[in-house]
Amino acid sequence: MAYPYVSDREVRVISTQFGDPEARTLAGAKQRGRYQGLKTALDMSPDAVVDIVKASGLRGRGGAGFPTGLKWSFMPKDYDKPHYLCCNADESEPGTFKDREIIRWDPHQLVEGCLIGAYAIRARHAYIYCRGEFFEATQVLARAVEEAYADGLIGDDVMGSGQKIDLTVHVGSGAYICGEETGLMNSLEGRRGEPRVKPPFPAAVGVFGMPTTVNNVETLCAVPHIVVNGSEWYRQWGSEKSPGTKLFCVSGHVRKPGNYELPLGFPLMDLIDDLCGGITNGNALKAVIPGGSSVPLLTAEECRSCALDYEGVSSCGSMLGCASVIVMDETTDIVKQVRRMAAFYAHESCGQCTPCREGSIWVTRTLERIEAGRGTEDDLDTLMELTAQMVGTTICVLSDSVAAPVQSSVLKFRDEYLALIRRGERVGTA
Amino acid sequence: MADHADLPETVTLTIDGQQVTVPKGTSILHAAEQAGTQVPHYCYHAGLSAPAMCRLCLVEVEKAPKLLPSCVTQVAEGQVVHTQSDKSLTMRRGVLEFYLHNHPLDCPICDQSGECKLQDYAHEEGRPHGRVREPKRVFGRDDFGGDVLFYGDRCVMCTRCVRFMNEVEQDPRLAVVERGDRSIIDTFFDEGLEGTNFHGNVVDICPVGALLSKDFLFKQRAWDLSHTDSVCPNCSQGCNIELHTRDNLVQRLRPRPNLDVNGHWMCDEGRLDYEWINRGGRLEVPLVRDGKEFHATDWKEALVGLVRELGAGPVRALVSPRLSNEDLGAARALVDQLGGGDLVYRSRRAPEELVLKGFPKLARRRDLAPNVNGADLLGMSRVGDNDGTGGLEGLASHDGIVLVVGDDLEDQPPTFGKEAALYVFLGTHSSEAASHAHFTLPLTTFAEQEGTFTNHENRVQRFWSGLPAPGAARPAWLILWALLAEHTGQTQPTRPEEAFVTVSEFGDVTYETLGKQGVIVTPPTRQEPAGAIGD
Ligand SMILES: Cc1cc2nc3c(=O)[nH]c(=O)nc-3n(C[C@H](O)[C@H](O)[C@H](O)COP(=O)(O)O)c2cc1C
Ligand code: SF4
Ligand code: SF4
Ligand code: SF4
Repeated sequence: MAYPYVSDREVRVISTQFGDPEARTLAGAKQRGRYQGLKTALDMSPDAVVDIVKASGLRGRGGAGFPTGLKWSFMPKDYDKPHYLCCNADESEPGTFKDREIIRWDPHQLVEGCLIGAYAIRARHAYIYCRGEFFEATQVLARAVEEAYADGLIGDDVMGSGQKIDLTVHVGSGAYICGEETGLMNSLEGRRGEPRVKPPFPAAVGVFGMPTTVNNVETLCAVPHIVVNGSEWYRQWGSEKSPGTKLFCVSGHVRKPGNYELPLGFPLMDLIDDLCGGITNGNALKAVIPGGSSVPLLTAEECRSCALDYEGVSSCGSMLGCASVIVMDETTDIVKQVRRMAAFYAHESCGQCTPCREGSIWVTRTLERIEAGRGTEDDLDTLMELTAQMVGTTICVLSDSVAAPVQSSVLKFRDEYLALIRRGERVGTA
Repeated sequence: MADHADLPETVTLTIDGQQVTVPKGTSILHAAEQAGTQVPHYCYHAGLSAPAMCRLCLVEVEKAPKLLPSCVTQVAEGQVVHTQSDKSLTMRRGVLEFYLHNHPLDCPICDQSGECKLQDYAHEEGRPHGRVREPKRVFGRDDFGGDVLFYGDRCVMCTRCVRFMNEVEQDPRLAVVERGDRSIIDTFFDEGLEGTNFHGNVVDICPVGALLSKDFLFKQRAWDLSHTDSVCPNCSQGCNIELHTRDNLVQRLRPRPNLDVNGHWMCDEGRLDYEWINRGGRLEVPLVRDGKEFHATDWKEALVGLVRELGAGPVRALVSPRLSNEDLGAARALVDQLGGGDLVYRSRRAPEELVLKGFPKLARRRDLAPNVNGADLLGMSRVGDNDGTGGLEGLASHDGIVLVVGDDLEDQPPTFGKEAALYVFLGTHSSEAASHAHFTLPLTTFAEQEGTFTNHENRVQRFWSGLPAPGAARPAWLILWALLAEHTGQTQPTRPEEAFVTVSEFGDVTYETLGKQGVIVTPPTRQEPAGAIGD
């Protein structure tokens, strides 16, 4: 049996090596086509690489879905100051486990993506910022980087092209907020992992005060394939605005959870029912969080027609985010799950912005009290108002992320809250 | 092009319906100030970097998708800003509610009460009632070392204190530790603020009662204090300060902004060295010696008696660099009138300067008196050692007129002035060494009179009177000019501004032109010896 679960409806571009340890070595990786893209890119001008990525329509896989080529084009075109590429491998959003798998199985794909990205934005140094808890992944990656250095793929003369690109793997200390791109830069500089006020944007003033681009692991891994095969090839999947393939991390009440690489626009219910083998124990679906814990919940009803691309999920009232699909069946206690998410954010808030620092913990404590059967109906209004005060008032959007699950659950699953408040009854068990 | 280079470009925008024109690059917060609107804020402070993290100064800017932090958002041509719109007010009410979420509301026992920005803003714009039903988190208190106590529960996490130590004192001894609502300001293990020279400023800039002065702790309520603009008397830097007084006592000193002199800051030594102003046992009436006895008398009799003795011989005078320019000018005028003579002063000198690294214009100077330059400028010369003692051998046994103004002669023996034909002692306190004085006249301190000091760069700065004079004590200039009036039969200055303009070294400068910021009268001729070691 292959990597935990696979399906022939998948389109595997980035995840081809999942489950295949051979690709971890440089020799194995090269046999499987790694570094072809780098070779091709180095024969092009940096601007041509930016153009092809722009044309492919690739969008950032870190959550915001910002067009990658466009982001790269914001970087200054000269070499007056050092430029930096930071690969965001801090993957800590609850429900997300795609970047870790890419690094574990196919580290050279990421190294290649970083080198091409660095070349395109005229950076001579790239950093991969790894989540502190990624012990195994970091070791695999460090070994790959070492091998690539020894082979002249990284260093003073990348593949004999005369280009100098260094690559450093940096391990964080275990803070979700260091995944926010400006928090990442502060952390990389040795400061507290606190997001910075924008403007200035990273392309103007980034890490070490220099022009910087931050890209997600999955984003950079798509790049070599696009460079080798062309933008039209990438556009054969997905839609005009959401082209290409995307890794979906499915967790929760499904028979076959895991990573599935799908063309964007794939129907959500097909993913759950077909690829993932349906809900565990044949239970009924209650809710889905389609994009990681920072996005609004969808009811079972809303899931029916949901197509998994940026526009499709938005039109259903949520966000694709980093495509972490958390499936909750009828046994789920929504209040408890939302409280756990709020508690996560309260724990991870960096604490700079007052609405986030105080709001996230206040909301959590209120949810705890409701869960304990000591809530009132007023608390629901308070929750809605407090979370409204947390949206759009802070430096980064972690604060908004608290609001998304709380507001959507109070609106869509009010009955469950009321059952606890009025009768002390928990609706679910999970 | 070069012609325009120094003309600042301006931007015109509308704030709360009012048009303002400000230099390009101004923040909305400052522009609003010019339009007469104070936008509430905690983390922003004019003397520090702006992290835009307190989220209280967010304002509505037309066409912007979100409210913008006014402290870091620069004005743009044609911008329309609403600081009082529904959106802005609702947001502020919301953010303020979050500030009170964990706040202990212990105003009744908090020193900051009455001058607390959390109180002020919550009263002005906050919700009338709190909605918090959960228990508040408790941090308790900590001794941060030096003069600073930390009341963690009251902290609003504005990081002003951390940034002061990082950016201004440049001795980063405070940090935020932990994150989320567990964030707390802390020192590094046992290494607190002890041994730093400007840490008292963190108490001033803390917008709430989280950082308090040990010296001031539970001493007075803020609303009971009177504030008087003054100049620090403790070194020749001349930091602009306020005297905070009550019950005829100075209760504390606080810096007063003057970007040309001390920025927003003052040093710890200067700040905490004020008890001498409150020292009791003052001379309160003129004393005339009759054989071994001293008789209290009134000013008229004292001066008339004194004038009769002024022909007793050549005069030698000792003054003090703690006296004002007006006092020193009057002393010189008297000496000149009596045919001229030695005018000397003594002053303590510290071994080194203490420079504020992030604002190096400010240093605790080596001269530990406020008017050393004034005395030098008026042609007086320094005698004695770096402790401000000695150097009076000639004066002590002078057999003509000995005039001592403002020097307490603490190091001198009781035989001082024994040989003098006339010995006049003007001081705030009696002294052993004044036992032989024929006339002992009570002086006010700088805090009890109006006047000017000349600082280390010859900047003349005004100070005002914040305390009543004890008994019949008077400023030296008033006494000495009255004496001269009696002596010459001519009208003499009776007001400090008149006394000031008699000093020719100050040219055309008047109290009016000095204003509150002061004026540099002439480049200093005396060079401060090399500064602190290791700058
Ligand atoms: C609180 C917070 C946490 C984030 N965590 C991650 C993360 O773990 N990994 C990631 O790639 N992006 C994360 N992001 C998004 C990044 O800020 C950034 O947008 C992204 O790395 C850009 O890469 P992309 O354009 O390739 O998507 C986070 C954002 C926020 C606000
Ligand atoms: S929103 Fe929260 S996590 Fe983001 S910068 Fe502000 S306090 Fe930190
Ligand atoms: S102690 Fe005072 S100055 Fe320091 S962060 Fe807290 S509130 Fe701000
Ligand atoms: S530097 Fe000098 S003038 Fe300023 S506060 Fe200290 S002692 Fe006073």
